[in-house]
Amino acid sequence: MIRHLLSAGDLSLDDATLVLDTADEMARLTEGRAVKKLPTLRGRTVVNLFFEDSTRTRTSFELAAKRLSADVVNFSAKGSSLSKGESLKDTALTLEAMGADGVVVRHSASGAPYRLATSGWINACVVNAGDGTHEHPTQALLDAFTMRRHLGELAGKRIVIVGDVLHSRVARSNVLLLATLGADVTLVAPPTLLPNGVDAWPCATSYDLDGALAGADAVMMLRVQSERMNAAFFPSAREYSRRYGLDTRRQRLMPPEALVLHPGPMNRGMEITAEVADSARSVIVEQVTNGVYVRMAVLYLMLAGTNSEEAA
Amino acid sequence: MTATLIQNARVLGGDPQDVLIDDGVIVALGTGAAREDADVIDATGLIALPGLVDLHTHLREPGREDAETVESGTRAAARGGFTAVHAMANTDPVADTAGVVEQVWRLGREAGHADVRPVGAVTIGLKGERLAELGAMAESAAGVRVFSDDGVCVHDAQLMRRALEYVKAFDGVIAQHAQEPRLTEGAQMNEGELSGRLGLRGWPSVAEEAIVARDVMLAAHVGSRVHICHLSTRGSVEIVRLAKERGLPVTAEVTPHHLLLTDELVAGYDPRYKVNPPLRSAADVAALREALADGTIDIVATDHAPHPVEAKDCEWDAAAFGMLGLETALSVVQHAMVDTGLLDWAGVADRMSYAPARIGRCDGGDQPHGRPIAVGEPANLTLVDPTTTTTVDPSASASLSRNTPYEGMKLPGTVVATFLRGRMTHQTGGIA
Repeated sequence: MIRHLLSAGDLSLDDATLVLDTADEMARLTEGRAVKKLPTLRGRTVVNLFFEDSTRTRTSFELAAKRLSADVVNFSAKGSSLSKGESLKDTALTLEAMGADGVVVRHSASGAPYRLATSGWINACVVNAGDGTHEHPTQALLDAFTMRRHLGELAGKRIVIVGDVLHSRVARSNVLLLATLGADVTLVAPPTLLPNGVDAWPCATSYDLDGALAGADAVMMLRVQSERMNAAFFPSAREYSRRYGLDTRRQRLMPPEALVLHPGPMNRGMEITAEVADSARSVIVEQVTNGVYVRMAVLYLMLAGTNSEEAA
Repeated sequence: MTATLIQNARVLGGDPQDVLIDDGVIVALGTGAAREDADVIDATGLIALPGLVDLHTHLREPGREDAETVESGTRAAARGGFTAVHAMANTDPVADTAGVVEQVWRLGREAGHADVRPVGAVTIGLKGERLAELGAMAESAAGVRVFSDDGVCVHDAQLMRRALEYVKAFDGVIAQHAQEPRLTEGAQMNEGELSGRLGLRGWPSVAEEAIVARDVMLAAHVGSRVHICHLSTRGSVEIVRLAKERGLPVTAEVTPHHLLLTDELVAGYDPRYKVNPPLRSAADVAALREALADGTIDIVATDHAPHPVEAKDCEWDAAAFGMLGLETALSVVQHAMVDTGLLDWAGVADRMSYAPARIGRCDGGDQPHGRPIAVGEPANLTLVDPTTTTTVDPSASASLSRNTPYEGMKLPGTVVATFLRGRMTHQTGGIA
């Protein structure tokens, strides 16, 4: 297993499958049980280092670590030195001095977890919990986990990812992971929201959502911030919804068993209507549940049996 | 000053000759030049170049003396073989008045490592709103001829037109930092497949090319010369080439780093590779080398940009733009241009001494630079050993900063000695 999880592209097919299988195991061991705690990471310290607000991701990681009996420390931008302009390096040195075994980092700057892992500031394992517009590998893992539970193995499955690909770390990680797992991915977005060079990515692209929906096994809607329209990425929220939003008409274009995913938080009425988000084929709430299993699996695989024993 | 006799130097890479210097002037050239009381320097195997002239240097003083001072920056310049540097205006306070440019000029004289030619800001505070007092800077003791808002683009077309026209009165030149601001808001690296993959905001080539095209046409319209700073794209090369074919008064520079490094280096998010304009693709690098060889690009300018450690020891977005360049410039040019057969040493002398001095109008007056190595000319000389290979060690730099992108790289050539009007401003241990 890799030492740091910085990019979904770092995971080989074997690694990715191991994480997903381990997440299955975590689900089996805790789902529906009154006592959800496992003793596997007792004595290990996991730091949630959140330079950017994200209650849901932080909570998910916190819960995952606690269910594995790790000690969890939350550093967030509010109410700590992070908001006083302390540098990434100084924060890292502080965590190192406190003896963190794993650092889960969310940062607004792309590549910040990479810097944390490779600059020699700390020895802890680094898990990227979302960096700028770069990647969010555990989100891709939980998406794959969720889809796999419903669709079986993802090789050959057709996954459509719709929305603001340009600014989406979720899309980047999903494209890389799904390619590794052998799925056929199509990105759908207005041309302004597809990155320059997307042709070289291991996926197809389309500007036409209606055309992409037929034959999809799963459709993943990305959050679109309405601020983007002020930067002329699209003319208005209404026009975006009409052209790229998922409503019941479009859902009928999908095969009846096709899944609807969204990483959250949703803009209901913007990229997805309430009817679709709450429909029987929507697995959006399940994604949140599965996020904990996947993060348990990641933390377990990276931290169990690592340096603490060697040091002891 | 006693006389100096440099023996067996290969002037511009030619056959060995002796160069006799007396009172700061070359007094004899050829074989068997002799003077009994002269200090003798054995330059066997060394190449003699005219003292290098940098049209684009950030000395950071006044304001950021933690990153560089005029003294430390010019010491680095001397070690890189430079005898004159043009100090960019983006200091704090900005060099937009006669007072600031005279201060920088005077600091250069006091340090004595290289002549400092201050660049004046085009607009007050580099704000792009109102012209600075360009005439006052031109007439000051600093004798400013190059004006630039470098770091930011003079993007207002009307203001740029006026600046280009206005400096004609004193034979000045506007050195444009070509960067369309709206196309580069928050931009972090060259826009391409890699920027999309890394999630770093793209910096499209067209943001440079649009300004280069506009300014070339503006300069043609008003009959003024324009100089393009740190040209970095193949498209800009094509525009400048076309303009020159039409006889338009444009000159252009390329930095050593844009001749050697590509955006692939950004993949590790190491801010040492963060620079403005950004590192581009291998195809751009090839086009820049070709353009420097055929003269489309007139000169190499370092854009030496020192930053303190903390400005680079951080996440990419938070890091400062810029990299050191003075001490490694000639080695990079040898590696990218000479050793590849694109340019001979006479060509290096042109691109790094004659042409920059001509563009900066410091090739005349009392203390000219960029003059040929000939009898009667000032003894501004650089002796280079092209046979060495050195691993770049940031801690060995004379700069106060350490932000070299070449750490650990093996580069050819060593500047063995530098002479400013006959006085040695740099020497390695190896010569006597």
